[in-house]
Amino acid sequence: MGRKLLLDRINIEGIKTYDVYRKSGGYDAVEKALKKMTPDEVVEEVKKSGLRGRGGAGFPTGMKWSFIAKPEGVPRYLLCNADESEPGTFKDRYLMEHIPHLLIEGMILSSYALGCNKSFIYIRGEFMWILHILEKAIAEAYANGWLGKNIKGSGFDLDLHVTPGAGAYICGEETALIESLEGKRGNPRIKPPFPAIKGLWQSPTVVNNVETLSAVVPIITMGGDTYAGIGIGRSTGTKLISACGNISKPGVYEIELGLSVEEFLYSDEYCGGIKDGKRLKACVPGGSSVPILPHFLVTKTANGEQRLMSYESLADGGFATGSMLGSGGFIVFDEDQCVVRNTWNFTRFYHHESCGQCSPCREGTGWMEKVLHRIENGHGHMHDIDLLWDVQRKIEGNTICPLGDAAAWPVAAAIRHFREEFEWHINEPKKCLEKNYGLVKEPVLTV
Amino acid sequence: MPKVTIDGHTIEVVEGTSILNAARQIGGDSVPPAMCYYSKLDVSGGKCRTCLVEVTKGSEKDPRPMPKLVASCSTPVMDGMEVGNKTSAKVMDARKGVVEFLLINHPLDCPICDQAGECDLQNLAYEHGASGTRYEEDKRVFEKIDIGPNIQLHMTRCILCYRCVNTAEQLTEKRVHGVLKRGDASEIGTFIENSLDNEFIGNVIDVCPVGALTDKTFRFKSRVWFLNPMNAHRNCEKCSGETVVWMFGDEIYRVTGRKDAYGEVKNFICNTCRFDTKDLAQWTIEGPRHIERDSVIGQGHYELKPTNTVKEIG
Amino acid sequence: MEEIQTKIEFKPETLKEIDRIIKQFPEGKQKSALLRVLHLAQHEFDNWLSVDVMDYVARLLHINPIEVYEVATFYSMYNVEKVGKVVIEFCHTGPCCLVGAEKILKHIESSLNIKPGQTTEDGMFTLKAVECLGACGYGPMLQIGETFYENLTEEKVDTLLNDFRLKFN
Repeated sequence: MGRKLLLDRINIEGIKTYDVYRKSGGYDAVEKALKKMTPDEVVEEVKKSGLRGRGGAGFPTGMKWSFIAKPEGVPRYLLCNADESEPGTFKDRYLMEHIPHLLIEGMILSSYALGCNKSFIYIRGEFMWILHILEKAIAEAYANGWLGKNIKGSGFDLDLHVTPGAGAYICGEETALIESLEGKRGNPRIKPPFPAIKGLWQSPTVVNNVETLSAVVPIITMGGDTYAGIGIGRSTGTKLISACGNISKPGVYEIELGLSVEEFLYSDEYCGGIKDGKRLKACVPGGSSVPILPHFLVTKTANGEQRLMSYESLADGGFATGSMLGSGGFIVFDEDQCVVRNTWNFTRFYHHESCGQCSPCREGTGWMEKVLHRIENGHGHMHDIDLLWDVQRKIEGNTICPLGDAAAWPVAAAIRHFREEFEWHINEPKKCLEKNYGLVKEPVLTV
Repeated sequence: MPKVTIDGHTIEVVEGTSILNAARQIGGDSVPPAMCYYSKLDVSGGKCRTCLVEVTKGSEKDPRPMPKLVASCSTPVMDGMEVGNKTSAKVMDARKGVVEFLLINHPLDCPICDQAGECDLQNLAYEHGASGTRYEEDKRVFEKIDIGPNIQLHMTRCILCYRCVNTAEQLTEKRVHGVLKRGDASEIGTFIENSLDNEFIGNVIDVCPVGALTDKTFRFKSRVWFLNPMNAHRNCEKCSGETVVWMFGDEIYRVTGRKDAYGEVKNFICNTCRFDTKDLAQWTIEGPRHIERDSVIGQGHYELKPTNTVKEIG
Repeated sequence: MEEIQTKIEFKPETLKEIDRIIKQFPEGKQKSALLRVLHLAQHEFDNWLSVDVMDYVARLLHINPIEVYEVATFYSMYNVEKVGKVVIEFCHTGPCCLVGAEKILKHIESSLNIKPGQTTEDGMFTLKAVECLGACGYGPMLQIGETFYENLTEEKVDTLLNDFRLKFN
């Protein structure tokens, strides 16, 4: 059993409610911080912990916090990114639904550290029922003096509110989230200026993911050094992994970073192996935008080393033979799945979710979708594969925000590892409509 | 003052100047093309990605190159920065890609488009585009609509630069058109049948880089290169009254703002000057307008004094 | 200036709720309430946002109508055209498809005799095929109103559709 820091109390009955949460040690971390620590000391502990953003990018949280501008007389804002929309990812929802006070506690700590007196949780509109859960929990926190003016006599004031999106993946991008919170279309902003300088209403702003902010609670409780001792190397602490696809036990799991992919995928404590005893075909380990790995690169790296659930190990081999931990959306494909169809499906997703501001993403995502749709339906040409490769290459890195990259990477990885499956679709236009290709061959290393 | 080097040319510029504007101060081939940035607007740029450049050296203090190409219109220069535009193979490759993206849904109906001859997309495609297309799919199409008595919106041609929306936001109190929907379904529109009737709204025609917003009073009257552009002015209560009138013989076919080498107007003009003042007697003609940018319009040599040969033919 | 009187008006308790929401934002930043107010409007006025409703919201928040149209057409949860009494938002993104979403979607299509984007003739159901709703481990799934219906089977869908038919007939 790995160590649990976020879900350790999840099975306590009534943990959703303030009283039970408080009795289980909830808000002790806030008490500790407000009474014994300065805001800078809180930041210091988070820096020491090595906590990295849990939304997908994995940027060190303490460093992100240290970028926030602190001009006199200008308010600063902390925004919680609860716009969880990356296909394969459903972990933040689990936290907010089952233990909402943990996020609230984390936001109080983080707002204190950053000197914010007004903070918002931006939650995707489809999670409206979770918004109600959070609002109820926030009301309880106010009623018990953890929010509002002069919290527990510390002189620190904080107002916390929840506000919904309305169906737009792009609002998970932090500047699009800010725009949306201002009541506008979710168009990512042109940077610079960065949110740390000019964010919400042109004030310095930090945007952090739900899980990131929740992890601040155990960090303050146990101290940054202790937290940093959990996990492996620069992948410190624990991570929520939402596992889905063709596995026996889909769901949300908290793992210590550094757990082997093999154990995560096959042990009964986690995914419980491929459903119905089928063979593994592929895995997208960190949400739909990260590169897909063929079966022979999932549990082992190209060098034959054991692949671990960590930022570094999942990325081992770069995009040539590795992927990314991303948001922790672990999507598993069995031998009967079609990579071409799935690539088309993911590309349709990005096409649908492109905000349309910048030309490479607006035009390129739709173009890729159309070409993939043709190949999937037996109308592709051999040159389409190279065309797809070239289109994704011209989107990647050239867009305003990372959605362009997120759309390009799955296409690139699918062609890189499953080219023979694409070619089969083109050579066998009738057969590809009736059956799936099966597993791709493992290349023989000649080096 | 920071010093920046673009394609090997070094210049000192005011703190906060964007790479694009620094390049414009150098001039020539160092200047990246811009389809959405417009210096006269408070908000513009960053979207079209045609002005992407490669920053090979971030600054004197932090010489690391920038990991991705950056939009030169919205990236400020740093002291010691080194930038590749025309000299960067990466930039030229990306720009070729952007042009291709802009064209896949564009109708390429230049032969019947009023913007032909002064179209930024035409120029961009001429310089960076391919002769054929790799796009086999259907193009996106929209119905033409009139937005107000004098402006026609031909959304099919639009490249979604947002300039017209930013112009309305800046020049009018109550913006009635905007960007609707999203992704490649995005469109400029009013949502409900609505006319753009603010006194300065005609400027959306001048800022449009393509033929998406055209002047209905000029529609299909003539190709722009058959006309003689003349600097002209009049006493106007609403605007500077300084315009270019586009003439054929003694007749004024259309009135526009005075555009510089980058196709940007120097002053925004009012609707009265633009749409309702077509009588030569109402204008003081200053003389031929020199078209600063490389354009087919200049090929007409309307600036030269008529020679005998011309007279004979004329 | 005199407010234009229209028939469209929120219930008093909704107006109170809107007041509470607006107060969450600093003075002058009431536009931030727009997304939530549009959700309330859609809920109260037949699941969709007519021009009149959007104009009403614009007046309430002191913004230009175009600012509302821009937002309402950007976000996929808002319907700017008339829809049925029950709006089925069915997830058809990758992870759900790995566990059989496409088959369930076909089943709904044939049960209701409509395609995604359409409304049944009796005006009861609108079917929308939507992108990832963040329930990937519990697919196939769909959303109606604020409720997620997860781990769907054809039988579960049949029961669900019947329940809604009974509820709204």
